[in-house]
Amino acid sequence: MTIEFETPKPIENARFLLQTVADNMMRPVSRQFDEEEHTIPFSYIEFMHSAMRAMGGGSAGSLAPGEEKKPEDPNKPKRAPIAYQLLANQLEMLSWGDVGMYLVTPGGGLGAAAVQAAGSPEQKAKFLARFNEEKPTFAAMCMTEPHAGSDTSAIRTRAVLDEKTNEWVINGEKIFVTAGDKSFTERPEFGKGFLVVWASIDPSAGRAGMRSFVVEAGTPGVKITKLEHKMGIRVSDTASISFDNVRVPFENILGSPTVEKTTTGFKGAMATFDATRPLVAATGVGVARAALEEVKKMLAEQGVTIRYGLPRQKLTAVERDVVDMEIMLKSAWLMVLKAVWMADNKQPNALESSMSKVKAGDVVTKITQKAVELMGPLGYSREYLLEKWMRDAKITDIYEGTGQINRLVVARQVLGYSGSELR
Amino acid sequence: MYGFTPTDEQKMLIDTVVRYAKNDLRPAGHDADEAKVLPPKLISKGWELGVLQASVPEAYGGFGERSAVTGVLAAEELAFGDLAGALAVMTPSLFVTPILLAGSEEQKQTWIPPVIEADWMPFTAALIEPSFDFDPNALKTTAVREGDSYLLNGLKTYVPYAAEAEAMIVYAALDGVTKGFIVQKGDGLTVSERIKLMGLNALPLYQVRLENVRVPAANLLEGDFAPVLASMQVANAALAVGVARASFEYARDYAKEREAFGVKIAQKQAIAFMLAEMATEIEAIRLLTWQAAWKLDTGKEDAFIDAYLASTGAADMVMMVTDRGVQILGGHGYIRDHPVEKFMREGRGFASFTGLAIV
Ligand SMILES: Cc1cc2nc3c(=O)[nH]c(=O)nc-3n(C[C@H](O)[C@H](O)[C@H](O)COP(=O)(O)OP(=O)(O)OC[C@H]3O[C@@H](n4cnc5c(N)ncnc54)[C@H](O)[C@@H]3O)c2cc1C
Repeated sequence: MTIEFETPKPIENARFLLQTVADNMMRPVSRQFDEEEHTIPFSYIEFMHSAMRAMGGGSAGSLAPGEEKKPEDPNKPKRAPIAYQLLANQLEMLSWGDVGMYLVTPGGGLGAAAVQAAGSPEQKAKFLARFNEEKPTFAAMCMTEPHAGSDTSAIRTRAVLDEKTNEWVINGEKIFVTAGDKSFTERPEFGKGFLVVWASIDPSAGRAGMRSFVVEAGTPGVKITKLEHKMGIRVSDTASISFDNVRVPFENILGSPTVEKTTTGFKGAMATFDATRPLVAATGVGVARAALEEVKKMLAEQGVTIRYGLPRQKLTAVERDVVDMEIMLKSAWLMVLKAVWMADNKQPNALESSMSKVKAGDVVTKITQKAVELMGPLGYSREYLLEKWMRDAKITDIYEGTGQINRLVVARQVLGYSGSELR
Repeated sequence: MYGFTPTDEQKMLIDTVVRYAKNDLRPAGHDADEAKVLPPKLISKGWELGVLQASVPEAYGGFGERSAVTGVLAAEELAFGDLAGALAVMTPSLFVTPILLAGSEEQKQTWIPPVIEADWMPFTAALIEPSFDFDPNALKTTAVREGDSYLLNGLKTYVPYAAEAEAMIVYAALDGVTKGFIVQKGDGLTVSERIKLMGLNALPLYQVRLENVRVPAANLLEGDFAPVLASMQVANAALAVGVARASFEYARDYAKEREAFGVKIAQKQAIAFMLAEMATEIEAIRLLTWQAAWKLDTGKEDAFIDAYLASTGAADMVMMVTDRGVQILGGHGYIRDHPVEKFMREGRGFASFTGLAIV
């Protein structure tokens, strides 16, 4: 064990590769798909799918890491696990290209992550294999409802077991489902996706009664009722979905089908969040890095270079801002790395995970907003991508737990408080 | 690979530092600040932990290799105990480490063993100058070659233990480039009365005037100043993290005890969120500092930039955190019975402390 910051070779290689993807497949069409909301970037999706298959599975489009490669010689010393670290780096790099397009990378997103976190080995085999098949495939997670956002315990969607047919019957309404449309609506270009839907099997049990269910694409009774028009990440579809007597097989429940006082199905959701929060933070960091690099480039073109090392009193206001942005960006990224490193090393990381999300939510909004300000009329213009990155970055502080919710998690951890002691 | 846990060796050393900080430095901090003096036994006990000795090779009287990472781990813990005490314990490093980094083989052989092998002695250094835009890379103190010696002229401030020091490193501009010079007691420095600051009351600090001070040419440290400055910057950042953590933990524990409107104040989001942000910002700068130190140890190209960023970020972070430490205690935080006002007075200083310590 040691304190070190050398980027492992496989991660360096992956970053190099994805930089090319970002440069060639994302940046040139970034603006187009921002302006043409709800247009699907098929060529990017197909390219990413075949590229990832060619590389032998493991998908940057999933928020769950690939399996660690087994060493060929079992006598060789085991290499330290880096799957989450690799994923965080891939996401950062793709989001540097275009975070909205990253969100339409096939591979399962939050849906696959939920199966990974709470599914049985059989369920994982059944539901996750499809992402490596011929056609690009999507999955989504449906937690949020019109009346229940941050307060996930308030969801009203119900799942009732029909004992005659041994099926779960789901009723309810979900909103803000990332990739909900691509995951559910069947299209010739895509493979069959699924939704992971959170519902209560016993409302009297509160959180302990909450479970998630895999709902396959095309299941009768499911309806996409709306695609949102958004401030940013416009290329990513955000769907409202209604569930009207939707029947799914008994074995599609993730976790235990019975409610005991001790079991909390909700833990599945929370475990998912511990794993995914630093990854979402990583995507934000990617956007912020793009903005900061662009600012430095535009300044350099005007002959302004940053004089690192000068006392603050001698720096220009612009230099001070850039130095501060750099401090924010670098430290936020290190917090992401630590959180995913802990995940790889099977250390509990609820604190570090939420801290990285608090920090990223803060700094990526500040950095991108500052970038627009610093570049004046150019920053605000749609001729450049800075204004788009500012709109894109804001979501980092909202989904996967708002900045406030993650502050609550951090505060409870440092204070040793339960949810009822600090609401 | 990425890694976030100290080596076993580092852990062993840091464990002893943690105990000393908690059991010795912290209990002494308040009275030392009020009396404006640190008990000599406290300093020698800290010196005997061997943090500096462990970073000096055997050839020069130590028993290890220099590691900025180990240095910042130790500095955070010492400052968590008490900043003035930490700086006092670390003062001889101000003399030894620059020689290690920028000195010739002969200088190392001559100057390091007598300091390292002895009890704590006030060998020190003079970098900071009394001007609002003080810049370590554009010093007003000058060195001019004259025959086989250098003539030094200028005014230094914030020099720890200058009055008692046998020798110190004085930094001066030689042809516009910052260089260190080894200056001895008899060389004609004029040391002022102790200076008084908003914080660090317990640490004896002085102004040092150099008027045609003549030092032998052999006392010039030929090596680059850049790694020396960077090592000062990461030390500054690590000490700031230590003070911030001290304030955070005190405020956190207080907030879990104090009641208002029928609940613990920590149960109010306004307080809890402040604490969450304090914890987050402390961790952010700690990691930035670790990375900068690691880059120094591994000779990475951008190590100097990162050290600068860590120190700059740390000055903001520690001010924010220590201000909130006082705020969370309310009126009680303003009273000197609690340490948070002392932490806050110290917190503001980090924007000007680069040069007071080195790892
Ligand atoms: C583009 C986009 C994509 C999304 N993708 C998904 C998805 O794929 N799947 C999914 O399930 N959801 C998704 N969401 C939903 C997202 O997670 C929620 O919007 C988010 O959790 C906040 O919920 P809310 O919008 O209902 O806000 P509310 O919960 O109503 O919060 C409003 C405000 O109150 C604050 N607040 C709430 N509770 C507290 C508290 N206890 N203490 C202090 N402050 C509090 C919040 O921080 C916020 O500032 C997405 C949202 C967007 C915008």
